[in-house]
Amino acid sequence: MSDSTMPGGLADVPAAPAFTPAEPAGARPLVHRHHWLVRLTHWANAVLLVGMIASGLQIYGAFAHFGTKAHVYPLPNPFDASRYPGFPHWTRLGGWLAGGLQWHFALAWPFVITGLLYAGYLLASGEWRSLLFRPRDIRPAFEMQLYYLRLRKEHPAQGKHNALQKGAYTFIFALGVVAVLTGFAVYKPVQLSWLTTLFGGYELARYWHFVAVWLFVAFTLVHVALVLVVDPASLRAIITGWYRGRFPSHD
Amino acid sequence: MTDRIAGLSRRDFFRLGAVAGPASLVAACGWDGGNLLRPKLAALSRVNDWVGEKVLHSNARLARVYAAAERSSTMPAYYISDHMPTLNNAAAWTLAVGGLVRKPMQLGLAQLQALPRLSYTVKHHCVEGWTAIASWTGVPLAALTAMVEPTRDARYVRFDSFDKDYYNGWDLESAMHRQTILAYAFNDRPLMPDHGAPLRLYSPVKLGYKLTKYLTTITFTHDRPGGYWEDQGYPWLGGV
Repeated sequence: MSDSTMPGGLADVPAAPAFTPAEPAGARPLVHRHHWLVRLTHWANAVLLVGMIASGLQIYGAFAHFGTKAHVYPLPNPFDASRYPGFPHWTRLGGWLAGGLQWHFALAWPFVITGLLYAGYLLASGEWRSLLFRPRDIRPAFEMQLYYLRLRKEHPAQGKHNALQKGAYTFIFALGVVAVLTGFAVYKPVQLSWLTTLFGGYELARYWHFVAVWLFVAFTLVHVALVLVVDPASLRAIITGWYRGRFPSHD
Repeated sequence: MTDRIAGLSRRDFFRLGAVAGPASLVAACGWDGGNLLRPKLAALSRVNDWVGEKVLHSNARLARVYAAAERSSTMPAYYISDHMPTLNNAAAWTLAVGGLVRKPMQLGLAQLQALPRLSYTVKHHCVEGWTAIASWTGVPLAALTAMVEPTRDARYVRFDSFDKDYYNGWDLESAMHRQTILAYAFNDRPLMPDHGAPLRLYSPVKLGYKLTKYLTTITFTHDRPGGYWEDQGYPWLGGV
């Protein structure tokens, strides 16, 4: 749970000759990695995000442009109605605009609550230290990138997560915050006009809200690919909490 | 690797499926929730209305006012009738104001235009996601309400139209908002049939579908009126 900043982190786990995939699974230590609240909010978030995006695509279809009615802004949008016939029926949730809105607003609260629960747990447990990307993670992030590019032989020392993972998990949480805030900015552009102005006005806030969708989708694709390719054992950990794999915790 | 793939047991896969299954099911097929969930979604929508009214709303807040030069070049005109609703005899049109009021009234257009007037250039927010800036002139609804003197029982206002059976229901507080007007002019010219002539409800703090066009009757009520689109699932409050 604690922040593992000790430089010799790897050496502290002699029983786990990490990074030798040929080692039989039985020799790896079985460690408890994820608290039940983390697992619960992770999967709740996965389901809610699918629903939020699907109902969001339904809503987007009612005016598949960005800008005002008179003036479509020159913003990158491969899904503009002038070029794109609309998201396929199976990707949408709600049946029509009103249904999409109902789903979107119904799921928005659990989505926010899930995020608050997760953030609350990280703060209360101190686990945020092993997840939050801070300035001191910049250098290890470069080292990690060099390792991945095979320009460096040794795996840099790390805590529960390496610096690049910290960057990814910090980014995705910040993206969730931006998605919620742009959502409110579009929901109440007069009552919360300060928030809407912060994102450049109603039309741009709506655009950032949409951009967040594709960043979520991109993150999820990379996230799932890395889990399956690099560390499939982490899939078990996020389901049962227990991990026995190539990268045991160094803390 | 017999029954295990990378540390995952069959049971783990089952658990994963139990979570991922409903997720993909929900996303699939443009589902609207079915007969079981649709009423629950509508009930939740009322919860959001409550939050929108009690938490995310201040009746003192005014929508931003723009310069006339910022007007949009287009302002879509929606109606639900097969053809644009027009009056056969515009001169005979009157607005009936009644319900839970002490002094019910029938007012012609000239009488309404003689009342205090408010003009503003504001941004229109459509539930579909588009916006357009335009100027509107009309009678503040609060001024007309003061004339008819609603009783203590009046809590809502119902607006009826001659666009088929289009109608809306508002809470009294929103109706008394300083920017809620009964508009008879659009962009400095008399209101035309495409925008609800001879008289329409307008407010920059509500979504477009709350702004009844082609007005015929205003009724102060105790019970909450529905609305043409609201009854079909759009948020009842419709505040922005």
